[in-house]
Amino acid sequence: MRYAMVIDTLKCVGCSDCVVACQTENNVPHGYCRDWVTEAVSGSYPNLELELRSERCNHCANPPCVRCCPTGASHVIEGGIVLVTADQCIGCGACIESCPYDARYQHPDGYVDKCTFCHHRLEKGQLPACVSVCPTKCMYFGDLDDPNSEISQLLKNRKYKTLSPEAGTDPHVFYLI
Amino acid sequence: VNLLASNPLLDAAAKKNLAKKLSRTATYCEVCFWKCAAWAYTDEEGDIKKVIGNDDDPHCNGRLCPRGTGGLGMYSDEDRLKTPLIRTTINGEETYREASWEEALDLIAEKFTEIKQKYGPESFALLKHGSPGSHLEHLFKAYGSDTIAEPAYAQCRGPRETGFGLTFGSWVGSPEPTDIRDTKCLVLIGSHIGENMHNTQVQEMSDAIDNGATIITVDPRFSTAASKSSHWLPIKPATDIALLLSWMHVLIEEELYNKKYVEKYAIGFDELKAHVKPFTPEWAYGITTIKPESIRETARLMAAAAPATIIHPGRHVTWYGDDSQRERAIAILNGLLGSWGNRGGFYFKEKISIPKYPHPAYPEPKWGWHEIGEQYPFAEMGNTSEVVKATIPNEDNPYPIKAWMIAGTNLINTLPQREQTLEAINALEFLVVVDTMPMEITGYADVVLPECTYLERYDGIRSATNRHPSIAVRIPAVKPKYNSKPAWWISKQIGDRIGLGDYFNYNDFEEVIEWQLNKMGTSLDEMKKIGVKNFERTSGPLFLEEGQDYEFGTPSGKIEFYSQQLADLGFDPMPVYTHHPQPPQGFYRLNYGRSPMHTFSRTINNPYLSDLKSENTLWVNPKVARILDLKKDQPVWLKNQDGILSAFPIKVRVTERIRWDSVYMYHGFGHNNKKLTRAFGKGASDAELISKIVVDPLMGGTGLRGNFVSILTEDPHKNTKV
Amino acid sequence: MQEELFTSGRNIPNIDPSLQIWHWPISLYLFLGGLAAGILFFAALFYLMGKEKQYPALKKAAVIPPIALSVGLLALVYDLTHPLFTWQLYTTFRIESPMSWGAWVLLITTPLSFLWLFSFYRSTFPKWESKLKLFKKFKFLEKFEKFLITNRTYMAYALIPLSIILGVYTGILLSAFNARPLWNNAILGPLFLTSGLSTGAAAIILLSRNREERHLFSKIDLGLIIVEIALIIHMIMGYYAGSQVQLEAMDLLVGGEFTLMFFGFVILLGLLVPAILEVIELLGFKVPVAVPAALVIIGGLLFRFIMVEAGQLTRYLY
Ligand SMILES: Nc1nc2c(c(=O)[nH]1)N[C@H]1C(S)=C(S)[C@@H](COP(=O)(O)OP(=O)(O)OC[C@H]3O[C@@H](n4cnc5c(=O)[nH]c(N)nc54)[C@H](O)[C@@H]3O)O[C@H]1N2
Ligand SMILES: Nc1nc2c(c(=O)[nH]1)N[C@H]1C(S)=C(S)[C@@H](COP(=O)(O)OP(=O)(O)OC[C@H]3O[C@@H](n4cnc5c(=O)[nH]c(N)nc54)[C@H](O)[C@@H]3O)O[C@H]1N2
Ligand code: SF4
Ligand code: SF4
Ligand code: SF4
Ligand code: SF4
Ligand code: SF4
Ligand SMILES: [Mo]
Repeated sequence: MRYAMVIDTLKCVGCSDCVVACQTENNVPHGYCRDWVTEAVSGSYPNLELELRSERCNHCANPPCVRCCPTGASHVIEGGIVLVTADQCIGCGACIESCPYDARYQHPDGYVDKCTFCHHRLEKGQLPACVSVCPTKCMYFGDLDDPNSEISQLLKNRKYKTLSPEAGTDPHVFYLI
Repeated sequence: VNLLASNPLLDAAAKKNLAKKLSRTATYCEVCFWKCAAWAYTDEEGDIKKVIGNDDDPHCNGRLCPRGTGGLGMYSDEDRLKTPLIRTTINGEETYREASWEEALDLIAEKFTEIKQKYGPESFALLKHGSPGSHLEHLFKAYGSDTIAEPAYAQCRGPRETGFGLTFGSWVGSPEPTDIRDTKCLVLIGSHIGENMHNTQVQEMSDAIDNGATIITVDPRFSTAASKSSHWLPIKPATDIALLLSWMHVLIEEELYNKKYVEKYAIGFDELKAHVKPFTPEWAYGITTIKPESIRETARLMAAAAPATIIHPGRHVTWYGDDSQRERAIAILNGLLGSWGNRGGFYFKEKISIPKYPHPAYPEPKWGWHEIGEQYPFAEMGNTSEVVKATIPNEDNPYPIKAWMIAGTNLINTLPQREQTLEAINALEFLVVVDTMPMEITGYADVVLPECTYLERYDGIRSATNRHPSIAVRIPAVKPKYNSKPAWWISKQIGDRIGLGDYFNYNDFEEVIEWQLNKMGTSLDEMKKIGVKNFERTSGPLFLEEGQDYEFGTPSGKIEFYSQQLADLGFDPMPVYTHHPQPPQGFYRLNYGRSPMHTFSRTINNPYLSDLKSENTLWVNPKVARILDLKKDQPVWLKNQDGILSAFPIKVRVTERIRWDSVYMYHGFGHNNKKLTRAFGKGASDAELISKIVVDPLMGGTGLRGNFVSILTEDPHKNTKV
Repeated sequence: MQEELFTSGRNIPNIDPSLQIWHWPISLYLFLGGLAAGILFFAALFYLMGKEKQYPALKKAAVIPPIALSVGLLALVYDLTHPLFTWQLYTTFRIESPMSWGAWVLLITTPLSFLWLFSFYRSTFPKWESKLKLFKKFKFLEKFEKFLITNRTYMAYALIPLSIILGVYTGILLSAFNARPLWNNAILGPLFLTSGLSTGAAAIILLSRNREERHLFSKIDLGLIIVEIALIIHMIMGYYAGSQVQLEAMDLLVGGEFTLMFFGFVILLGLLVPAILEVIELLGFKVPVAVPAALVIIGGLLFRFIMVEAGQLTRYLY
């Protein structure tokens, strides 16, 4: 079992529905977010390209945030999901500094928070909140270890990239391009 | 998958969240007019936690757009109107005092009676938008006034309904009957789906991308849709009709049009052929700056995919004053390609009618919206701007309007020519505003009534046209917060007070819905459980069958390429290109559009949505930025061709996505009411800079896109502030 | 070709537009840790070499590490956002986490530095004792002092590796972060160790009343400064040869908002000027020794501030 997310940048319209859905599903306080949308424009008028992508914790297979955590609050659970245990976290910020994607934030209650791949929903057999709300259906979620899963098939048949692979974190959110 | 079992250290915070039991209530969204059916999830403390789309709903397929997902912010916003307010003067200063519902309603009832006695009920106008409108419309019609208008006509869809009506004998309507999910070629003329988040359109455009459909976008700005398109035609603003005519030219000259379809269903082809003969791509190139090869190539692509081609009618189409004619051109192109009534084109929509809850017949008003807008022969709905004009005192005006009720529309940020709107408001004897938020418009009211939000009330059953009929209900998920009340209750209270009790023969609107649902073979209980009910079609197949005879709703029963109706009234029977002014030296065309995270001005203060985008920016091409020495995030002020200044600064966004002759901003920002704590002073308002309009002679639409602005780097209000 | 990056729906205070999770307490903590490490290292080394009699300032300086480490720890805890859970640091040792190493090294070093100081207290600060009269009030101290004095050698043996770990750790804490290109280089450990030793030596010079002693530590400091400059050059060369993100990181120091601070205060006033002054003094000219020593200390402090602040501005671009 290895959970992963695949996001089709050719369909994403950058609406940020994934962001609001995460905020309401996970009680993310106002002013904070676990996911966000990046817009990258290149070229010059009228020869332009635009990439929109929804970003979040990559649930890296080689997560520096877990390694640098002095208390073990940051940890990996089955399926490769990287989590933070709030009452083990001292709020030292080391994991925030260590994440090349700036995917973590300090919750106003003091502990560090980030995307959980909505593991509380997975447990109920539901998709992550962001995936299930996306109006363009450009987000896919599933088991990378299963070669027949939708995400495995997409990665087999489409061109894709990950963010900052040179950071060596082995990210598990993939972007179809 | 049982992950939690393997993770005994699940953090306390998450546990707390999970422990909360949520219950769900059926509703449909009111954050825009797509009206997606949804479930409001409420926790044990009676607080709404999230709103999720209803899987069975053809408007949303279980997925709301960001505004719908953030809809609970409409409910939780602590800046909401909390209690009725009445305008008073304290120490010579006009202000508002809190009032009880009794007092406010009595005062309003008194005014209803007074206006009726003094001028006749017709002089009391209703300006409305969205769900509260239908309840108040009932009140007004019972009272004897049909002086009713909404901005969704003359500032929005009007021209397209006229253009398509004249051509196909049918409105496009909402939701648009575009079969985008099955199309092979989608052509967007300005329509910026993806930023315009009308839900199913966005969803189906995504399906079309999956299916490998060709997308062609005509937009002077590199819109999100343009970035998803195989062909983006960066047209010079205000020249679309030239492009449309030359597309027709190519289709006809290269004999690419759908001959069988045209022969069977259309009239006026020969006239059209002769008409478009001179409009070669080379001719259009000079006007539109689109290369002739591109025009030919895209025309061929459309023809190759036809009839599964959609030239999308767009929605907010009040641009340059010749908008009905532009829409005619779009309709004719669709006719040439045979897309109306074919898979991948336009389907034959259907809806189910809701039984009318019995009430006495409405009295016949002496005049109403129709008479006010008489000079526009093809107008089919009330025109807000004409209501405004008829309110400004004028001896020769046979239809003087003396009082307004406004519900669900923020006219200050919605109508062009703000000065004229304010002049009308100042001339009013009475203005009552029903709103949920302390929007600009509430600041001009004599009485402000706080409506509760859509999550706290019953409303009419939603029945809209679609591939198949469906209905959805809105049930209150929680009790109204503060001292707010639903519009149905307000209407009934006023009705009861002015002797119209017979029209409101119920204690609770729930009874009306229950009665209607029972008549339709379902029940309130069932609908509470399912939220949405889908019905079989009864009007026949979704598309034309091979060789099927079909009578269109036009006078000829055919698709009218040549419009005798227009010719008879002295209008161009076929669309022609007219030149519109281009910005003079030092000015840039004011282009505007939708932020995907917001609906007009209504969501800017929403705590969830303002988190996503709290202010708009001024898109400026890098060339312009270089000339004017503008830097990213630098605050600037705008001054339009009439010397009108933006009240607030707007930050510069230097981007290649906009042309060098235009600037672009999201509509809805730049609120100037301090009570909107998150929205006040954030960004600039496009509406305040639209002081010039070009009126569509066919239906009275107000073309908004002919305004030019210059960019000021110094605060022009500095001196006036002292 | 123009590239723009925008983010929407992202409005995380303390992260955007730049990451600012670590504030001044962390810089202070790193500085004080280095300073304490330097002093403890010299003190222990010279003690083991049997030269503590020759260099009395070393004993006086022993008062600094316990204070520096305590203040440093307080500063660290002050910057935690969930401080009530600080004890969680000591429920586990995470070998891959520099923070964890630091926590444990401090847990051992800080008490040891107190004991070290106490073993010199009565002999080095007789005036204090005559005022405080600790030994009169608490009889058991006599025995305790005796025990410590007899075990000084063991303490010194422990302090040498501990102070080196502490000094290196102040650099590794930053350099372990791959994600911050400015920090992510192997030189930061030795560089901060050197800088810590140098500030330690400078502190000793400041406390010294003995010409010979000042001379020796000036020489030591000069050597350390030369090593430090070499390491800084090496570090910048490293960025220069690095990826785009490292080039941008380097720009912050050599051609951006931190250039004046870095070259003006750290390199010039914090290293070159004191080095020159120390050379002049070694050549026999009269220079008020306090000046170069103070400059070194201020330079070391600023260096930590700049590295912590600037490092948080650098990030991966993708
Ligand atoms: N400059 C400019 N003008 C435009 C446009 C543009 O793009 N630029 N767009 C045009 C178009 S396409 C349209 S459709 C119109 C839209 O125009 P409007 O419908 O006027 O748009 P909003 O600004 O959203 O105003 C809605 C008002 O309804 C209130 N409201 C929201 N929910 C409720 C409710 O449940 N009950 C009550 N009683 N009130 C509620 C809000 O607080 C707000 O005051 O604007 C048109 N005008
Ligand atoms: N998120 C969100 N979605 C919405 C709404 C909302 O408030 N928020 N409102 C809804 C409503 S009521 C409506 S009416 C629709 C409106 O949505 P649309 O009908 O899609 O809107 P338009 O204003 O026609 O389109 C704006 C686009 O037209 C382009 N444009 C400007 N000038 C020209 C020109 O001369 N020629 C061409 N070809 N293009 C031009 C602009 O660059 C911009 O990309 O959106 C609906 N959807
Ligand atoms: S919800 Fe979907 S389309 Fe919208 S920004 Fe997120 S990923 Fe993109
Ligand atoms: S994205 Fe960042 S927070 Fe998430 S696992 Fe990777 S390094 Fe850790
Ligand atoms: S902030 Fe919390 S989760 Fe992050 S490294 Fe420190 S203790 Fe671990
Ligand atoms: S998976 Fe869940 S926690 Fe992660 S971004 Fe999506 S909604 Fe938020
Ligand atoms: S499109 Fe969005 S805002 Fe409009 S009704 Fe649907 S969910 Fe609500
Ligand atoms: Mo509209």
